[in-house]
Amino acid sequence: MVEAWQWVTKHPDKLAGWTLEHIWIVSVAIAIAVVLGVALGIYISRPGKEHIADSVLYLAEIMMTVPSLALFGLLMLILGTIGLKVIGFLPAVIALVIYGQLPILRNTYIAIREVDPAMIEAGKGMGMSERQLLFKVKLPLAVPIIMAGLRNAIVLLIGITAIAAIIGAGGLGVPIFRGLRNARMDLIIIGGVSVSILALVVDGLMGRVERWVTPRGLKRR
Amino acid sequence: MIRLDQVTKIYPDGTEAVNEVSLEVGEGELCVLLGPSGCGKTTTMKVINRIIPITKGKIYIDGTDTTKIDEDELRRNIGYAIQEIGLFPHMTVGQNIQVVPALKGWPKDKRSERAEELLELVGMNSAEFMNKYPSELSGGQRQRVGVARALGADPPILLMDEPFGAIDPITRVRLQDEFLKIEQEIKKTIIFVTHDIYEAIKMGDKIALMNEGRLVQYDTPSNLLFKPKNEFVEQFVGADRALKGLQLIRVKELMTGTPPLAKADERVVTVQARMEREGVDCLAVVDNEGKFLGWVDRVNVGKGETVRDIINRSVATATANAVLSEALSLMLSSGFKTLAIVDGINKLEGVLSFDAIQLALSEVAQRRGSE
Amino acid sequence: MRRQVVLITILAILIGLTVWITSLDKIGIYDVFSWSDLLSDARAHLKMVLIAEVIATSIAVPLAILVTRPGLKRLATPVIFGANVGQTLPSLAVIAIMAPLLGFGLQSAIVALCIYGLLPILRNSYAGINNIEPAIIEAGRGMGMTIGQIARKIELPLALPVIMAGIRISTVITVGTAELAVLVGGKGLGRITFTGVLARQPLLILQGAAPTAAMAIILGFILERIEKWMTPRGLQLKAGIS
Repeated sequence: MVEAWQWVTKHPDKLAGWTLEHIWIVSVAIAIAVVLGVALGIYISRPGKEHIADSVLYLAEIMMTVPSLALFGLLMLILGTIGLKVIGFLPAVIALVIYGQLPILRNTYIAIREVDPAMIEAGKGMGMSERQLLFKVKLPLAVPIIMAGLRNAIVLLIGITAIAAIIGAGGLGVPIFRGLRNARMDLIIIGGVSVSILALVVDGLMGRVERWVTPRGLKRR
Repeated sequence: MIRLDQVTKIYPDGTEAVNEVSLEVGEGELCVLLGPSGCGKTTTMKVINRIIPITKGKIYIDGTDTTKIDEDELRRNIGYAIQEIGLFPHMTVGQNIQVVPALKGWPKDKRSERAEELLELVGMNSAEFMNKYPSELSGGQRQRVGVARALGADPPILLMDEPFGAIDPITRVRLQDEFLKIEQEIKKTIIFVTHDIYEAIKMGDKIALMNEGRLVQYDTPSNLLFKPKNEFVEQFVGADRALKGLQLIRVKELMTGTPPLAKADERVVTVQARMEREGVDCLAVVDNEGKFLGWVDRVNVGKGETVRDIINRSVATATANAVLSEALSLMLSSGFKTLAIVDGINKLEGVLSFDAIQLALSEVAQRRGSE
Repeated sequence: MRRQVVLITILAILIGLTVWITSLDKIGIYDVFSWSDLLSDARAHLKMVLIAEVIATSIAVPLAILVTRPGLKRLATPVIFGANVGQTLPSLAVIAIMAPLLGFGLQSAIVALCIYGLLPILRNSYAGINNIEPAIIEAGRGMGMTIGQIARKIELPLALPVIMAGIRISTVITVGTAELAVLVGGKGLGRITFTGVLARQPLLILQGAAPTAAMAIILGFILERIEKWMTPRGLQLKAGIS
């Protein structure tokens, strides 16, 4: 513990670097995952797409049970076959985007499907087009639930990014793995504690954001 | 018999839910706890089976202080039906009804026999519903099962918290009527909580009207309507209480006991003498088993030898459970100012006079005049 | 139907990969692990997961029952808050931190898996018991059931499906996390996977990771069946599963 602290005071730049790298990887992945997940969620929530929706959601659910190392391996294999870089940033981000899908996709789908039919009928009755209905009624009502999904996804991705350090992606997993390999307890503690703090802080912040984006009329109390 | 003696309940946050309430419910009586929401009526009911512990006072059941009885034992002998019903979703209808009998260790065949019997009692086909789950039932059916479950081990006392609460008005009235019939069969001491004045007057032998934790008036439905103790009662029962009285008060509350009688084969002279002696204008004619046959009226005494010759048979009768408005309309259509009240096999139980109704209603009018 | 197609396709890919890789002779300059290595690692992996799950369940379920008792409700808030915070922590951090705390070895691995696996079970068990309609409990009390009878005959049967779902989620997560547990001295398929990671050989990674994924999916499937089977019929009807 003491050594860990001494190390941090000696090399604050290194810790800051890993942390920023970690945040950068998660940010890139989550940006892509949100666009993809929300778009796909909206698409499969359209009437008549129930069968596709069920299969897509089930696939996403199964993908969640696949351990991250297996997905890394699979991606390295595929990327290698098509001649791209098999280690580092690229496979890490692709894997993270895939893992981010389930919470975002599922919450988007559920949120849109569960908008009160009476409200949709009211919208239609007032002459809203399908598009207007989506942007003016369904999405605003769905935002809080989508945000909850986003929050889950970010916390999940912070954890998986730590593991991704092993395929050379960088981030706070680097000191953990380095410490484990060389029995350097100080490095393990620095990495483990930092990444945990990062996850807790981001989770707390996202909780705030979640409350903030909830339409005033939907807030409880 | 249930007796509450200066019962007080103060919740930990300081709310005085029940404040020195004393009341006595006789055996076989249905006592309605009535009042606006938050008046303490539900708390008053729940202290009886000690779901809620009391702060001060005593509660006696058949003379025994309830705190001297084991809590679980006490509850197994008090049927309990609540508004949310609380049927166990993982048990079938049959299993739900058998919960208390099972707790009491009844043998299996006696238990299932009892469950069948109770389902039929609440008007459900036992073969059809015994093995269904609560989720397969309609709201009204669940309420019925809730009542059947409360009756499970044939407890002498029933506590019912708005048992017909969350139900559409039509089904509700039907369940009330059915329950009144059941109640006559089972003869239990019942505490019945409601906020609905109509339900209270319709169901109750006695009504305990509560407000802000205090018992305001504990009386018969007709007294509550016609002789309200104070302004709160008056306002609570509503300005149309004469009308409510007619619609909801039952004949048994205003009827008087058996009037002077005559037999069909008696001579008119004897009967005439009896009328003079009793100071009445007519006598009820009954046969040897006490079954009502008709009336003999003073105006007709010159028209025959025996009672049989002059009896007026074309008169309507009502049961003690009929409401006043029904009795009144029978009187008006028969042209007779007295109505014979009979039981299920036409045995004479008493009479209801037009004057009695008028008197009750006039008290309402007088009170309004004096305000 | 479609779900089964998805499931079988993925399982076929994972198992096919495993069989194919194991039948190879060499990957680059590295020898592939033999069938017997693979099987003994798989067995060790499964054993570690099961031990961790059994311990986690036997801590989490009683703890959830304890904090849902009327007199002990004030314990619930800190316990559930703790479980929520715990689940936010990255799995790698929880496992790695065992090294400085307990040293390297199988027991560190199992303790880490237990702690991490305990959280979903605790959360689900708590929710399962706590979300039972109060009217149902009150009806039980009003009919004179003892506290023990209410727990055994009402609360547990009604909460069981939710508790089982917690155990399923926990098991699936733990199978994956157990790969990381080799880093602090655990045994199992992670050994093969990390050999591949260090060698930067995707096929070697997959020789360990693909059967791990298959194990997670199969265990998840089996536990889901048990969960359905344990759900009281009256509740299945309610949920419209029947």
